[in-house]
Amino acid sequence: MTDVREKRATEAVQSKAFKRKKTPHPIWYAVAGAVLVAALTHYLPPFRNYQLATVGAYFTVTAGLTVLTGLNGQLSLGHGALMATGAYTFALAQNRWLALPLSFAAALLVTTLAGVVIGLAAARLRGPYLAGLTLAVAVVVPSVTSTFDDTFNSDMGLSIALDPPPGAVAMEQWQAWLCWTGALITALLLAVLVRGRFGRDLRAVRDDETAARLAGVHVARTQVLAFVVSAACAGLSGALFAVLAQSVSPGAFPLTLSLFLVMAIVIGGLGRLAGALCGAVLLVALPALAQTAGERSGSQRLEGNLALVIFGVVLVVVMLAAPGGLASLRLSTIFRRKR
Amino acid sequence: MDRFFYLTFDGLSRGAVYAAFALALVLIWRAARIVNFAQGAMAVAAVYVAYSVTGATGSYWLGFAAALVFGLLLGIAVEKAVMRFVDHSSPLNGVVVALGLVLITQGVLGMVYGNEYRPVTTPFRRDAFDVGGIALLSRYDVFVFAAVGAVVVALTLLFTRTAAGLRMRAAAFAPDVSRLLGVPVGGMLTLGWALAAAVGSLAGMLVVPTELGLHPTAMDVVFVSAFTAAVVGGLDSPIGAVTGGLIVGLLLSYVSGYLGATVAPMAVLLLLVVVLLGRPGGLFSSSKARLA
Amino acid sequence: MKRTTAVFLAVLLFAGACEGSSSKSGSGGGSVPGVTDSEVVVGTHMPLTGPAAAGYAKISPATKAYFDFVNAGGGIHGRKITYQVKDDAYNPATTQQVVRELVLQDKVFAILNGLGTATHSGVLDFLKTNRVPDLFVASGSRTWNQPDKYPQTFGFNPDYTVEGKILGSYVKQNLAGKRACFLGQDDDFGRDSLAGIEKILGPVAAEQSYVTSSPNVGPQMGALKAAGCEVVLLATIPGFTALSIGTAAKIGFKPQFVVSNVGADPATVSKALGAAAPLLEGVVSANYLPLTTDAPNPWIQLFKKVNDQYNGGAEFDNNVVYGMSVAYLFVQSLQAAGRDLTRDGITAAVRRNGFQGPGLVPLRFSDKDHSGYGGQQLTRIEGGKAVFFGQAWTTDDADGAVQPYTGQPVTPPQNGIPAA
Repeated sequence: MTDVREKRATEAVQSKAFKRKKTPHPIWYAVAGAVLVAALTHYLPPFRNYQLATVGAYFTVTAGLTVLTGLNGQLSLGHGALMATGAYTFALAQNRWLALPLSFAAALLVTTLAGVVIGLAAARLRGPYLAGLTLAVAVVVPSVTSTFDDTFNSDMGLSIALDPPPGAVAMEQWQAWLCWTGALITALLLAVLVRGRFGRDLRAVRDDETAARLAGVHVARTQVLAFVVSAACAGLSGALFAVLAQSVSPGAFPLTLSLFLVMAIVIGGLGRLAGALCGAVLLVALPALAQTAGERSGSQRLEGNLALVIFGVVLVVVMLAAPGGLASLRLSTIFRRKR
Repeated sequence: MDRFFYLTFDGLSRGAVYAAFALALVLIWRAARIVNFAQGAMAVAAVYVAYSVTGATGSYWLGFAAALVFGLLLGIAVEKAVMRFVDHSSPLNGVVVALGLVLITQGVLGMVYGNEYRPVTTPFRRDAFDVGGIALLSRYDVFVFAAVGAVVVALTLLFTRTAAGLRMRAAAFAPDVSRLLGVPVGGMLTLGWALAAAVGSLAGMLVVPTELGLHPTAMDVVFVSAFTAAVVGGLDSPIGAVTGGLIVGLLLSYVSGYLGATVAPMAVLLLLVVVLLGRPGGLFSSSKARLA
Repeated sequence: MKRTTAVFLAVLLFAGACEGSSSKSGSGGGSVPGVTDSEVVVGTHMPLTGPAAAGYAKISPATKAYFDFVNAGGGIHGRKITYQVKDDAYNPATTQQVVRELVLQDKVFAILNGLGTATHSGVLDFLKTNRVPDLFVASGSRTWNQPDKYPQTFGFNPDYTVEGKILGSYVKQNLAGKRACFLGQDDDFGRDSLAGIEKILGPVAAEQSYVTSSPNVGPQMGALKAAGCEVVLLATIPGFTALSIGTAAKIGFKPQFVVSNVGADPATVSKALGAAAPLLEGVVSANYLPLTTDAPNPWIQLFKKVNDQYNGGAEFDNNVVYGMSVAYLFVQSLQAAGRDLTRDGITAAVRRNGFQGPGLVPLRFSDKDHSGYGGQQLTRIEGGKAVFFGQAWTTDDADGAVQPYTGQPVTPPQNGIPAA
């Protein structure tokens, strides 16, 4: 979980060698994260474990999306649909063979292929045109499931056969472990990937395509690759959500999900894995908090609607006050400014 | 053949609304290089205002006027209070702020009006004239065509014949040069937002009566279709927006009529893919590779 | 590095803080979750926001109002009923979340009247694993009737096939020889309904479907008109009933509409139609609960009284009657389960059945059958109000005949609260 986006390119060049030495390898973050999650799942009550698991599943997709959008500058409003692809593939594979690893592999494979197709189209498009295409992808999920309802069972969706968790592990604990295994592996691989040449290419393409091309970066290939990587993350995340819900249906992957994902990474701080984590936590915590607040107020109109308003206000305020996202807010910066 | 005519007119009358809505998107895009994802929510807010005014006064036209005025003011407010302060270094920022506005608007409308569908009245009857046994157009459809047509003409005149229109175009295409030449770039931007929001409100007023009713999320689906229309036509081109709107309306109507309603969103996606891969800047793009 | 760690720790603290806030109820109730000597906590998931909230959002307040009425009378076996309502906005993913919260966090005794087929079917396995009674699901899907697979799940509404058969037999008897066509929602609602209709009528002359995400039925109604339909059976939710009838009028298409109970509440539909509400005249539908417009009905009088006293005088429509009927049935189940309330006890009581309440036909609950009401009575809209005509009919979801039901309606107890 390194800080993958340099703040000022000029400064960064000089301090890079120096900084590189100081930053520990991402694997240590992953290990620390794993230990923390293991400890937490031990102490938390079941529902908190379930929420923790949900954070993990969200983190899997936001991590991939922040690489695509933050580091490569491609805006995708269709990641909810990619998650649905992963979830449905997982469900079909699982109901057929009842082998968890195989189903995860199938979900990854199919979403990767979908990512290649969309990525190839996306690499030709820029800005709002890309947003428009991915938006149409996001909207097409219910249509696909109803048109091919023999396979996908229309709006009803599919329920998923799952083996009970091994040993005496509680279901929610097991879900949290699965989700965080997925999330941490994803984050680790992404962190390693963006530290290397691939990460430099991503940023070069984002900042100036022409310059990147002159510098020998294959622009289209980099863009397609970025899309494929983030699609694979979305697929895995979708499969994790399928495990969490023990069912899939188009209603679980509405357009708002895709939009919420974009917001999460932006609020958290674009291009940073830490920001993606922040965003994932917010996706789980904000609706829950707003619902509690709404319930306390006792007004039915407030419930649900309050969550929307809070999410919206946070989003707008963060964008206006701290465009770098929550993860960019540092005590030290605030102090420095004060002095 | 009856059926073909019927579907054609049904598609055109919906397409006209998409066209108006796409026009609103194009207006803001030309003025500020932002795709206003909050357009749908803002339009719904305006329709709610019309609903309240019509409810209080009993007059459709007072509500109609209130919606347009409110849209105008809302556009100004959004630009002055929020969009002006957005960091435009990345095109993403504007999009995200707009999404935030969508959430706020829908939440507030839900709190004020509740989450039920409200019926909205139409100024004209919606049953169709029969021409040779085929039900073609209703008075209301004619009203829709007339309203959208009037907007297109008015905007064309504004941009080609008036000084304000020229200034707006200049401010959008070369803000720095325009500023040097004494064009109030900020003011032109506000004007663009106000106009766009008013046109969006008009589209909302036209489309809501043909849907399930008035609801905070009533324009979500319409927005997707209209956005598709604007992208198909090319975001820079008002002609493109109108053409795109009609194309999308017809396509949706034919596909749901002949193949089934479930297939329609896939047809829209296919249309987008074909158009964008053929002409990545939309059908009517003038410049070759405008990057964001 | 420090920053990332700090962020992560902040996240954990946050999670911890959330935890501290609400893990109160549930404990200290002996061995049965959600039950103490003075309280029984039940939960539900309902769409309170979003496009599906229209109409449905009124059900849970009505249920709660009836419980408050019962609580004011001292509760059941000394226990007050607490009803926890969670909004899922009709999104299955949110349903997952809120039902887990209800069961794992708030430790509810049972889930009551969870609404929606797609939403509720996602939590069946979870509820089964946690052995939570899943009572009176608010949907007419046949999914709830799987006693072997889901022994704790029970339906409430007559299933769509039963309804389809009853509407079909009305058409067969009264509109014989007319071209009958069908427009339905593209999910199990539409499919099960059509299956029931076709069991009686044979294949319909034309069949169309719609999806909720595309609020335009112009092409579909055009096709039905072109097919020369004289009777159109609708398996539609209220918004789409209004849209279909409005669109038909728009294109000069005037068939006899026969509408599923799901989408036939005249109050809801005429509101959606606005000025075009008179188009509803003569529409045939069916219902299995008393109608709000039937003022002398003792059930309506009871529910209206409760609605005025405990529901802030909310607009009294059929959703309110529905919510209170569910509450009445749950109170009956509590009474039947006895003073020593357990989860197995209440499901056993529901299986024993024998409940007599506001319903016009009997509930079908038994060891082998977990589906709710087994029939309906036909209604026609006259003067803007639905009125019953003929007699109630019962049937099953297979090939059983549609039979008249001759049982006498019961009146509510004097104090409005079912006795043990």
